[in-house]
This record gives sequence, C-alpha cells and structure tokens, in this order.
Amino acid sequence: METAKNKTDQALFNTVLSLADSTLILSHRLSEWCGHGPIIEQDIAMSNIALDLIGEARNFYDYATKLEGAGKTEDDYAYFRESKEYKNALLCEQLNGDFAHTVVRQFFFDCWHIHFLDALRNSPDENLAAIAEKSYMEVSYHIKWSSEWVIRLGDGTEKSKQKMETALKALWPFSGELLEATEDEKILIAVGILPDFETLKTVWLEQVTTILTRATLEVPTGKNTAQTGGKTGRHSEYLSYLLAEMQSVQRAYPGLKW
Amino acid sequence: MMTTRDKSAVWEILERVCDPEIPVITIADLGVLRDVRIHEDGEVEVIITPTYSGCPAMNMIAVEIRLALKAEGIEKVKITTQLSPAWTTDWFSEEGKKKLKQYGIAPPVDASPHVRQLFGQETGIECPQCGSTHTQLLSQFGSTSCKALYQCQDCKEPFDYFKCHR
Repeated sequence: METAKNKTDQALFNTVLSLADSTLILSHRLSEWCGHGPIIEQDIAMSNIALDLIGEARNFYDYATKLEGAGKTEDDYAYFRESKEYKNALLCEQLNGDFAHTVVRQFFFDCWHIHFLDALRNSPDENLAAIAEKSYMEVSYHIKWSSEWVIRLGDGTEKSKQKMETALKALWPFSGELLEATEDEKILIAVGILPDFETLKTVWLEQVTTILTRATLEVPTGKNTAQTGGKTGRHSEYLSYLLAEMQSVQRAYPGLKW
Repeated sequence: MMTTRDKSAVWEILERVCDPEIPVITIADLGVLRDVRIHEDGEVEVIITPTYSGCPAMNMIAVEIRLALKAEGIEKVKITTQLSPAWTTDWFSEEGKKKLKQYGIAPPVDASPHVRQLFGQETGIECPQCGSTHTQLLSQFGSTSCKALYQCQDCKEPFDYFKCHR
C-alpha cells in the first residue's frame, strides 16, 4: 500500500513540476518579444500573457516545494536545474520565429490550457484545483487573443496566410505532446487527480478545427505527436540556450536578491 | 509597546494600506485583504489574495502591510497568500469603484456575456474624463494585468479600464 502511495506522490511531484516548467518556458519565450512586438499594443499583450503564465508557474513551483518537502524555493527549480531536468512540453521551447509562429504556438497551447484548467478545477487535489481556478479566468483572455490573431492572419492577406500555413506545418508535430499522457500522468488520471486526456484530445481538436476553418486555414495532416519527450526531459537544443540566458544571473551570483 | 490587539483594530490599520499601482484605493477596497487572524502567541496573520496570478504588486503589498503594522508596534506578523476562492472583480468595494473613477480609471462593470467571445468587447464603458459611453476597446491588455486600454470616441482621450474579471 505504502509503495502505491509513494508512487502516486512521486507522479504528482513530477507532474506539478512539468506544468510549472511548461508555463515558465512559454512565459520566457513570450517575454523575449518585449520591446520587439509588431505594434505596441501587441508587445504589451504578449508581456501580459507572459506575466500571467509566470504567475501560474510560481503557483505550481510553490506547490512542488511543499510536495518535495526538502526546504527548496521556487528559484531552486527555475534557476538551478539543467535542461534534462526540465519537464516542459517541447512546444513551449520552440523559437518565437515570426509573429505567425508565436501566434500558432500560443494558439495550440491555449486550446490545451483552457480545457485542461477547466477540468482541473474539479480535481480532488485542492492545491491543483485552486491554481486551476485562478488561472482559468486569465487564460480565457489568452485564447481569445490567440484565436483572433489566427483568424485575422489566416483570413488576411495572401502573405499573412502563407506565413500562417508555414507556422502551422512547422508546429503541428509538437502540438499533441501536452495531451499525450506520460507514465506519471497515467497514474494520476487513474486515481482521478488529473482529468481524462482522451476527452481533452477530442475537445482540443474540435476547437482547433473550428478556429482554423474560420481562418480559412486547413488543419495540418500527419501525427501531431511526432515530436514528444519534453515532459520526461528529452529536449531540443533550443532549451539549453534559453536556460543559459534565463539562469545566467543566478548562476553567476547564487542567491542574489533584487 | 503594543501587546495584543483585537481583530477589528488590526483590520482598521490594514484598511489604510494602499495598492502600490493605484494609490487611491486600499487593499480592502480591492478585495486583496481577505482576513486577519490573531494567534494565541500574539502573532498576527494577514491573509491576502492576488488579483491576477502574476501580479507583481503582491510583494510590495506584503511589505506595506508589515510597515503599517510595525508603525503601530505590531512586529510579529505572518502573511499568507490564499488562492481559493479566486479573486474576482466582485470583491471590489463600491467605495473603491468611486475612487477609481475619480482617479481617471474606468471601474469594472458587469461583463456582457459576449466579452470573451471572439472579437467581442465590453460596451457602454463610461469615459472617466467626459462621461460619454461612446468608447472603444484599443487593447484587451493594458498597463497592468488588471486593466484594458480604451479610447473615448467623443473627447478622444485614451483611458484605462479596470476589466471585469470573473
């Protein structure tokens, strides 16, 4: 019995870290747009979304510190782990590319995020439910933002449509990982702490299809789980560069405070 | 030298702590101040809740709370952040809404049901400068997480709107 409990505890810890990492890494990517946005309103929009995501990441890291019970802080997880210890989905670490790439990456992520949080609000795990309840309201603005841009650019000019098609094709193979349960997530789904991923997959595809159709874009063909492994620590080279920049100050001056 | 204070006395002190971003409203107006607990050992526990998950003002608010209590001789303070029930603009006091408007920020109004629909926006937001409701959304994301940017179509003044959040 005790072994089963330990197994669930470990799975919960790994999964909470994975959720924290995905939101942190995507937040960092979005923050790279700060000062470089196509127009100031969108520069501010991306920074605001980044801020919401970093807030959510902090809530998950904070919960992870309690689960681990080793006296660590949020910063220990964010600044002092190597890329192979990071458990973010590969989609989140993909380069910003052009604005179309950033919009498509955000759109795929938001379509997962909103429905995942919606279901997680009913988790018997009170900490997860509270974090989900808090972030759900914020994410409803994110998905509105990304969906509107998918429609504007897809159903825009010939050039914007072509850029969206390129971005969709490039990011599609990464878009399914968030909904592909890891061994840890399977344990939590079995005990009801996480929602059923199969239902979420259906809802995700429906939403993606609805918006892409409205944007006069085609849903890419091929497996959307061709690229996975991020959630268990297998990353592209992009993550190491991102971490090198994000962690540089704490690596040089450990424990430095503002 | 202070000894023990009852809850209402502590609450009165905390009620005067202002939001660092919008200094005309207090953390009580905003609904960020949730509860005060006086423990047997005299420790004062202040329960606060963030407006948005990533609100960078939360650290400053905790500092302001400690300073306000210290000025009254209360030094044994614990600040607890509570996420649930999640903050919504329904926690905003009527008094706080009046103060916001005077300050030049349009207060939150009940969101029309289509606000989260694609390309939907809240209508009838009153311009805090001229009072016209002929206003238009410029961006859903404004100078802070909790605000959207609007522009009055009559006096042409752009203004912040404290967006409805629930």
